Amino acid sequence: MTTATTELKQDLIDYAARLGDDAIVLGHRLSEWTSKGPFLEEDIALSNVALDYIGRARMYYTYAAELSGNGKTEDDFAYLRDERQFQNHLINELPRGDFAYTIARQLFLDVYHTHYLAALKNTTDETLAAIAAKGIKETRYHLRRSTDWTLRLGDGTAESHQRMQTAIDDLWGYTHEIFEHDELEQRLIEAGVAVDASSFKAQWLADVKAVLEEATLTVPDAEWAVRGGREGYHTENLGHLLTEMQFLHRAYPNSKW
Amino acid sequence: MLDEVKDPEIPVLSLWDMGVLRDVQREGNQVLVTITPTYSGCPAMDVMREDIEAALRAGGFEDFVVKTALSPAWTTDWMTDKGRAQLRGYGIAPPDDAVDHEGRETPESKVRCPHCGSVHTQRVSEFGSTACKALFQCNDCSEPFDYFKNI
Repeated sequence: MTTATTELKQDLIDYAARLGDDAIVLGHRLSEWTSKGPFLEEDIALSNVALDYIGRARMYYTYAAELSGNGKTEDDFAYLRDERQFQNHLINELPRGDFAYTIARQLFLDVYHTHYLAALKNTTDETLAAIAAKGIKETRYHLRRSTDWTLRLGDGTAESHQRMQTAIDDLWGYTHEIFEHDELEQRLIEAGVAVDASSFKAQWLADVKAVLEEATLTVPDAEWAVRGGREGYHTENLGHLLTEMQFLHRAYPNSKW
Repeated sequence: MLDEVKDPEIPVLSLWDMGVLRDVQREGNQVLVTITPTYSGCPAMDVMREDIEAALRAGGFEDFVVKTALSPAWTTDWMTDKGRAQLRGYGIAPPDDAVDHEGRETPESKVRCPHCGSVHTQRVSEFGSTACKALFQCNDCSEPFDYFKNI
């Protein structure tokens, strides 16, 4: 193997792991609603969405593990890395907040994944393309629900409107990072492997705006932005999430059901 | 022999009728079984794999590989007619029982009730007891039922 392809292979492992990180961290946040949903159907819905993300994380991690060799498995990625090694976008790790906050985040990310996975379906990498083809079906389903809820809550009572608007304002600054890429992803974009999310930022904004306006919500014009997830710089929240998520595996290594 | 392996969540449906079991090949003495996951996070997939392995072992096969193929992505179109009929008998409306409805999204109403056959039904939730189902209720016989989402 030449140096160039070796480097690209490491890039691909990191890229697959990053996508896995996004999915598992969000999946874990959503799973926190299990048994705490506002009513039974919603409890089940959030748990189902969580499961879709955790399943997606497993596919990305399994691929990263296969490429890594040395007997690595998906578990090494999920359970045996520390905070600084996780490279998820920060928006995924923010605490679940109230129901409005969870729904606002899902709306932003469902619209995002609709475009992201549609692009990833055309990657030159067969495995990533297959994961994207599977994921996009689920994401379209998720999007219908987060859109419906945004309309109901935004155009609902004064209380639900206020909570929805607060959630949108609080989250807005975390939506910039998801359209940016570093040198590693730039190399993969040039190789036809990774998705250049900046290419659909305008479309994302138009889609989100359309829903928010219909829901009588205001699109923020705040310019503050938080970034750092892809470099392993996190908010204070990820460490706590990993503590809970990784506890069992670290306390009882190699245990089986 | 693998017809005896059922979906652990819907025990009337074989993996073949479900469209999960894609291919069985024999290469020399080795049996190669290919399965595809329904939903990314479906916890039943690991159980299905174990059940296939157990069935092969019980059938006297020692040398086998159960491989997971992600592409092409599973779709409910692969469910056999027999499988659809079995689902109905089990109280789950298969995707094609959404009456007057085109497209893949889950309709708000008019899914034929697997209990009484009425189409006077309404959606209760887009998500049901497992990732693959949505929850409906029949306005005539009042029974709730699962609808297998069309993907």
